[in-house]
Amino acid sequence: MSRATSLVSTEWVQENLSNKNVVFVEVDEDTTLYEKGHIDGAITFHWREDLQDGLIRDLISKEKFEALLSKNGISNDSTVVLYGGNNNWFATYAFWYFKIYGHQDVRLIDGGRKLWELKGLPLVTEVPSRTASRYVAKERDNSIRAFRDQVIASIGIKNIVDVRSPAEFSGELAAPAHLPQEGGQIKGHIPGAKNIPWSKAANEDGTFRSNEELAELYKAAGVDFAKETIAYCRIGERSAFSWFVLHELLDLQNVTNYDGSWTEYGSLVGVPVAVGA
Amino acid sequence: MRTCGATPGGPDLAGVDLANQTVIQGAVLRGGVSDGVPNGAPVGNAYVRLLDSNGEFTAEVPTNSEGQFRFFAAPGSWTVVVLAHGAREEVKVQAQKGTPIDLVIHI
Repeated sequence: MSRATSLVSTEWVQENLSNKNVVFVEVDEDTTLYEKGHIDGAITFHWREDLQDGLIRDLISKEKFEALLSKNGISNDSTVVLYGGNNNWFATYAFWYFKIYGHQDVRLIDGGRKLWELKGLPLVTEVPSRTASRYVAKERDNSIRAFRDQVIASIGIKNIVDVRSPAEFSGELAAPAHLPQEGGQIKGHIPGAKNIPWSKAANEDGTFRSNEELAELYKAAGVDFAKETIAYCRIGERSAFSWFVLHELLDLQNVTNYDGSWTEYGSLVGVPVAVGA
Repeated sequence: MRTCGATPGGPDLAGVDLANQTVIQGAVLRGGVSDGVPNGAPVGNAYVRLLDSNGEFTAEVPTNSEGQFRFFAAPGSWTVVVLAHGAREEVKVQAQKGTPIDLVIHI
């Protein structure tokens, strides 16, 4: 994986709008954005209704993933191009999801919905109708996913990267500042975690920084690229963004996304927690 | 467009627990002037970023169709940055619990 195979520019998108093998998928935290306007021909996945099990806290099953993609006319050989608001948080989460289920060709629009809008590029409201396909997913690839016991066993051994804002890391805030602050959950971070906010990997317009800048960012914060790395945030979306940076752009192996993240860790009985910068 | 009589600034605060939340909100308007009366066209596709006292990114939201945005922050110094097609504005604010900051930002 590399920047060349994982990332496309807005210019590339404009050139491929009528490419039948390309399926554009918008994934947003604010799910009303798609209805207000989206890239011509794009479909949308709802991060909760489509991508969460709903009964238990987990990814949807292989069968449900196959049904979702089949219903939306995505084939095993489709080039899936993801984008979204919030600097592509939920789009990178969906990217990670497609990789979990082994999709071959999945890419992300650099800058996402924000850059598209800041450039004044056209959005439409028509929802495309797509012919259903028969999608066959692979078994889950858990080599890019971390679970709580692995995280606890990794303290002081692997790189643990907390990608939340400094205020969440230190324990000042319990959630990002655009959401109401939740009570009841312990505040703080996993001991030994390096706080490298996801936002440091992005430019103001939502595009990713250069590979040289990204490598320097993580090295300067104390991440040892020779070791395995676990990224986490609050619910696993922002850490999917940083997972994308480390695993796809910097092409590092052994990088996992802990999607249980702080809402799980901060609720566990008896695990070590640190506060402060 | 002049909208005399409209409430300036961000979304309705009904239902927000102001006793426990530190709210920074407002509206982004294009083409108006800052003369104390809200005027100009709401910018419904702007992005508003919240930076902490060290200039570190903390959060970002898109504006709604009325050009409005809202953050739940903590007491202290913050910078609000508005990005829109062809425009960029910064506003520094001092937030406190209980008294929402309500901004009208012209681009």
